[in-house]
Amino acid sequence: MNLLGKLTWSAIPLDQPIIMGASGGVVLVIMAILGWVTLKGYVPYLWCEWITSVDHKRIGVMYIVLGLIMLLRGFADAIMMRSQQAIAAGGAQGYLPPEHFDQIFSAHGTIMIFFVAMPLVIGLMNFAVPLQLGIRDVAFPTLNSVSLWLTASGILLTNVSLAVGEFAKTGWVAYPPLSELQFSPGVGVDYYLWSLQISGIGTLLTGINFVTTILKIRAPGMSYMRMPVFCWTALASNLMIVAVFPILTATFAMLLLDRYLGFHFFTVDAGGNAMMYVNLFWMWGHPEVYILVLPAFGIFSEVAATFSGKPLFGYRSMVAATMAICVLSLTVWLHHFFTMGASANVNAVFGAASMIIGVPTGVKIFNWMFTMYGGRVRFSVPVLWTIGFMVTFVLGGLTGVLLAVPPVDWQVHNSAFLVAHFHHVIIPGVIFGVFAGYIYWFPKAFGFILDERWGRWAFWCWFIGFHVAFMPIYVVGLMGMTRRLQHYDVVSWQPWLVVAAAGVAVIFAGIVCQIVQLVVSIRQREKLRDLTGDPWNGRTLEWSTASPPPAWNFAVLPRVAERDAFWAHKVRAKHGQLAQAREYKSIEVPKNTLTGFVNAFFAVVIGFALIWHIWWMAALGALGAFVTFLAFAFREQEEVEIPAETIAQFDRAHPTEVAL
Amino acid sequence: MNVAVAVYDVKQDAFAPDSEAAASKRVVVGFGFWVFLLSDIVMFSALFAAYAVLVHATAGSPAGPQLFNQVSVAIQTACLLASSYTCGLMSLAVSAQRRLDTYRFALITFALGAAFLALEIREFAGMIASGATPQTSAFLSAYFTVVGCHGLHVTAGLIWLAVMMAQVAIKGFRPSVDRRLLCFALFWHALDIIWVWLFTAVYLMGVLP
Repeated sequence: MNLLGKLTWSAIPLDQPIIMGASGGVVLVIMAILGWVTLKGYVPYLWCEWITSVDHKRIGVMYIVLGLIMLLRGFADAIMMRSQQAIAAGGAQGYLPPEHFDQIFSAHGTIMIFFVAMPLVIGLMNFAVPLQLGIRDVAFPTLNSVSLWLTASGILLTNVSLAVGEFAKTGWVAYPPLSELQFSPGVGVDYYLWSLQISGIGTLLTGINFVTTILKIRAPGMSYMRMPVFCWTALASNLMIVAVFPILTATFAMLLLDRYLGFHFFTVDAGGNAMMYVNLFWMWGHPEVYILVLPAFGIFSEVAATFSGKPLFGYRSMVAATMAICVLSLTVWLHHFFTMGASANVNAVFGAASMIIGVPTGVKIFNWMFTMYGGRVRFSVPVLWTIGFMVTFVLGGLTGVLLAVPPVDWQVHNSAFLVAHFHHVIIPGVIFGVFAGYIYWFPKAFGFILDERWGRWAFWCWFIGFHVAFMPIYVVGLMGMTRRLQHYDVVSWQPWLVVAAAGVAVIFAGIVCQIVQLVVSIRQREKLRDLTGDPWNGRTLEWSTASPPPAWNFAVLPRVAERDAFWAHKVRAKHGQLAQAREYKSIEVPKNTLTGFVNAFFAVVIGFALIWHIWWMAALGALGAFVTFLAFAFREQEEVEIPAETIAQFDRAHPTEVAL
Repeated sequence: MNVAVAVYDVKQDAFAPDSEAAASKRVVVGFGFWVFLLSDIVMFSALFAAYAVLVHATAGSPAGPQLFNQVSVAIQTACLLASSYTCGLMSLAVSAQRRLDTYRFALITFALGAAFLALEIREFAGMIASGATPQTSAFLSAYFTVVGCHGLHVTAGLIWLAVMMAQVAIKGFRPSVDRRLLCFALFWHALDIIWVWLFTAVYLMGVLP
């Protein structure tokens, strides 16, 4: 038996200039960053303050950095697909061979959902939810660090597949029997499965952590109906994570058993049932859409209320709509495969359920509009993203209602129309929301606001670019173009696909604006500095503490007596009812730990070893993870105490506008 | 602070205790572990669903009635249910901080769990020796997976129990150790609940005429 399993030098595609160039570039950039960090002497700082940190704010920021970096990777895939389809018509074959194109669309979907949207949304929840609830950290801070680094492990494995071996060629859903060993004998599907299993465990732990935090730990007086709407949407999202990620884990485990041990869950022989995979996958997959979009709805709610200077219109109906979507999203999975051939009655039930989801979503849209109506709306960048979302998302939702009609779906199933539809809801719904949240909470995280002008440019490029890129895709979909085509013979599609490629170029300009915005803002940070901790005249508790907040968040836990607690405090302060003198007590905060990082290291070792069938290495990795776990379980000191004097000093140095 | 606010705070503290309070940390950890157990049960329900779909997909190889040994499964069930009882006794010993009783009941729990596992492995080995391997048919794939997944959980529970006894020996009964023992007990009882479903859905319904 080979000591390195299936791994040989031929796993590195030296004959493919595009892949080698890309992975070589990535390696160079990583080496350059590591070298710069080492030369500048930042390593101890990064290690002590970030990598081993269990502070929810730091973990949130690291999630967002991961998500933004992977957005570049996923977008590079998008550029390649759009440019290939713009040229590969009729006799032209384009520049991407089919087996490479297949990996690109699989990697694009996998990365954008699991490694861009999820880290960005989870990062914002990590950063904002404990601050909004008026507490000092999440329920299980060390577990939070473990979650982050497991997500990073999955991301690392997916990126390793670029240079060592291959990625799945099955599409991001990896349907059997195509994804079975018989038809996908390479390591691509194994990279896909192990990356997602490892990061999926991290996501599940995040879900458990946040459900516990929101239900069990809130500031005194913060009853459920006083929670900011973002906390409600985070609760709904994490409840769904707990309810559906285990299904994905079980489904992937079954496919892994098929591939590694010759089981027959989804095979074409010995009684296997491939449609069972499709059902199980979408029992996770449809709620996943709402796991991503509900927190974004929460961000839009916060932004709409803050920048209109008004309380959110219809708070109770917003909460009810959120929880209704949370439940309904579990009842519609079959609309992803009406063509499976279930009876007309089954399809009708799922079609009707899918349309019903439009009702609570509509309630939300009206609530945001009525929030802005009659308010003094400040058209700052987060508001642009919010309005852009409302305009775009309504249309994307309407094409979804079309797809929920089974006879229509039969016509456009797996066509480019579907591709246009889900980008039309996910990009405005999730990505616009995340960008609004990124601009909105950035000053809280770093103490200075982001440059407005470049932010506006970024928004308009994204908004226009999105429409130019995806409206033509609807058209070619209705003309009969199926998804995932490396080459096509119908030359009348080509003009539309060229326009779509131009749209991607406009979106690219938007991304460049965002990078410039970040660089410009960091360079001019003294000019953009916010010393009040409340740059937007906010309403919720995160704005009542310093920016960036100290490790303990609040020197004294805020007492909450109504909704929009911070706003109410500001109003009271204006009327001369000042808060009492603060009495500082020492605070215990959880100690930093390298458990999460070391555990993730062993997770990567285990994943890589299993992908390449290097059994001894997998066993060593498992042993390492177990020893890490034991070291954590037996550590002597679990918390450190911050003395009252330190807290008082910080508080005096960072006076906030209104002391609670 | 006026009186109304003060009264209100007292009421709210019941729902949102200060995170520093030692008593509440036990509640938070217990609650979080319950949420984990629910997610674990969701994972099992996916495996149960797969089993239900594939139970008749025997592809011409033996089905449940020819394979299941009711006597062995009955003894397994008795072992696991009894171990849940002794695990409860262990929890009582922990809350009374009686070290010797804790060790004693943990040992009995461990022995019963190990006996359960040994019987399950013997059952699996017998089936594989007779040619009914998980590679034979979709039904057997699902059977070995759903029952084996429970067996893996029991194995993890045994390792956890051993680690916890080492913790009691080295660190003594301190709040963090007590919380972990609480979680272990929840885990062990949850495995019992899942076994009752397995026993019903796989072994009892599997031999219905």
